[in-house]
Amino acid sequence: MKSTIASRAYPPDPAAAGLAPRSPGSGRGPRRGPGSGQGRRISRQLPFSPWLFAAPGLLVVGAFSLLPFLSTVVNSFTDRRVLVAGDYVGLANFRELVHDEMFWTGLRNSTLYVVCVVPALVVLPLLLALLVRRNIPGIAFFRSAFYTPVVASIVVVGLIWVWMLDDRGLVNSLLETVGIGKIGFLSDQWLLLFSAMAVTVWKGLGYYMIIYLAALADVPRELHEAAAVDGAGAVRRFFTVTVPAVRSTMVLVGALSSVAAFKVFSEVYLMAGPTGGPAGEDTTLVMLVQRVGTGLTGRVGYASAISVVVFVVTVALMLLVLRADRKEDA
Amino acid sequence: MTFPPPTSTRPTSTAPTSAASATAVSGTARTTARVLTDADGRRIAPWQLVVRYVLLLAVLALTVGPFLWQLSTSLKGPQEDIFSSPPTFFPSDPTLDNYGRVADTIPVWDYAYNSLKVALASVVTNCVGAALAGYALARMRYRGRRAATLAFILAMLVPVEGIIIAQFTTMRDLGLNNSLLGVLLPGSIGAMNVLLMRNAFLSLPDEVEEAAYVDGANVWQRFLMIAMPSVKGTLAVVAIFAFMGAWDDFLWPLIVLSDPENYTLTVGLNYLHGTFATDERLVAAGTVIAVLPLIILFACLQRYFFRGVGEGAVKG
Repeated sequence: MKSTIASRAYPPDPAAAGLAPRSPGSGRGPRRGPGSGQGRRISRQLPFSPWLFAAPGLLVVGAFSLLPFLSTVVNSFTDRRVLVAGDYVGLANFRELVHDEMFWTGLRNSTLYVVCVVPALVVLPLLLALLVRRNIPGIAFFRSAFYTPVVASIVVVGLIWVWMLDDRGLVNSLLETVGIGKIGFLSDQWLLLFSAMAVTVWKGLGYYMIIYLAALADVPRELHEAAAVDGAGAVRRFFTVTVPAVRSTMVLVGALSSVAAFKVFSEVYLMAGPTGGPAGEDTTLVMLVQRVGTGLTGRVGYASAISVVVFVVTVALMLLVLRADRKEDA
Repeated sequence: MTFPPPTSTRPTSTAPTSAASATAVSGTARTTARVLTDADGRRIAPWQLVVRYVLLLAVLALTVGPFLWQLSTSLKGPQEDIFSSPPTFFPSDPTLDNYGRVADTIPVWDYAYNSLKVALASVVTNCVGAALAGYALARMRYRGRRAATLAFILAMLVPVEGIIIAQFTTMRDLGLNNSLLGVLLPGSIGAMNVLLMRNAFLSLPDEVEEAAYVDGANVWQRFLMIAMPSVKGTLAVVAIFAFMGAWDDFLWPLIVLSDPENYTLTVGLNYLHGTFATDERLVAAGTVIAVLPLIILFACLQRYFFRGVGEGAVKG
């Protein structure tokens, strides 16, 4: 029976078979479904139909992700502008970057964003997941409610918090009511940046909470019980049982959130304004890319050079987090 | 790995063995009429339960409160003081006036319609494109399949924020900048969605398709009649995230659209916020218009949202 299918696995038509030669091992994805080990991919198909299936996806991804990536790298070595083709200028853009104060401001802010936001997004959602983990009455409602900020557009979230943190907004009128007095969240350079970070954390909590919930579901209950029998309290169990059990998830969350944090744009853009707060001091790297590279006089070459820095740092962050993971293993 | 929807595990209050042992251990435990237990059948002490609910309510106030405050602001009339201290949470005289007035200030309904068009088109292109490509990657055999898979994996890893300027120049070259088509195209078939569909197809057993093949079904028939109906769940996830991604997107439409007439809702709200010395009531009304459809969608289709987080995170 099996051999019947196998013998039909390739089109009997020799021309088609010639176009799709059988090369053992090649064309096998790293992950294969159950049963795919014995069965061969069956193909009563025209020789070009796989490409017909894949074409729209490949076209979109090629034209709007892969090619732009290449052209970003190429453009970073040119003085291309939006309306001017530009010439090869070697490393001039990168040399300019080193002396560009705004670039250093952007790099500082984006880095600071990672340093402050990532620890919060690794720890707080885990605590939240522990809080909603037990199936007490009404818990499904709470889980959904905590997820709401994830669903909302970042623009909506940004504008909500601009209003909340306004000099005359809800937070300040509450602070006044309890006698603390107003705080200019949106006028001070540093308070603005930290407020934006808080908003990022606020919006991300629910998302990472769901990831942690899935991980917690896999923690064997016996571990907790054994620890409890040994007299470990809740805090102790958290550090000796829960944290080691979800450590790989914490690394995943760390990697995801650090990459996202470094590329921050919308929160700061909305709260500090397009020019990045007082004297542009709250500008992030991606804001700088947007400001420098768009508009009719946009400097595509220079903006591409900044983008290349964004790529490099993003990849470095991923590697750093993954390496930290391996070190802990050793 | 698939993500277990949190809602699927209902409280199992009938776990006699562990409940009994818990009582035995604590000896003099009060036997209440209704013993509260969690999913694992463990008992929860009443004081613990109280602490839990207090914490839950505090987080609830923090996460949902700002949305409600925005809603409340949008319903306050022009005479009502929205800056009062202490704040008033309930509008004294609720009115829908601001929703009409925001439409006089910016064409908010046109913007919403633009967003809707882009979002619905994105759902269609992503579902069709990702299903086709995912099927080709998972269940067809041809030379170059690995290279095609690699192309999608690489594309998924490229950070959108880093290539946005190059995308912008591409759109200019195509003459599609400042058009909704230009907004749609870069995200029209997400690499991640293709890979999600590929994984879904990979996990189907081969035998059914083999049987259909023996019965003479061609590749389109097998794709449409056999493979597709089996991956509806993943397709729903793709659809939802395509809608949400397009409706919520900000950076790309901000860059590609220059004419206020073509703005999508998010860019329009930013414009409303930035251009006019604004009445907070109007901005509030605008944000409510922007967020309400998604909250309704989420309320109806929660489990797909949660499932998407699980699948996406494992992928990413």
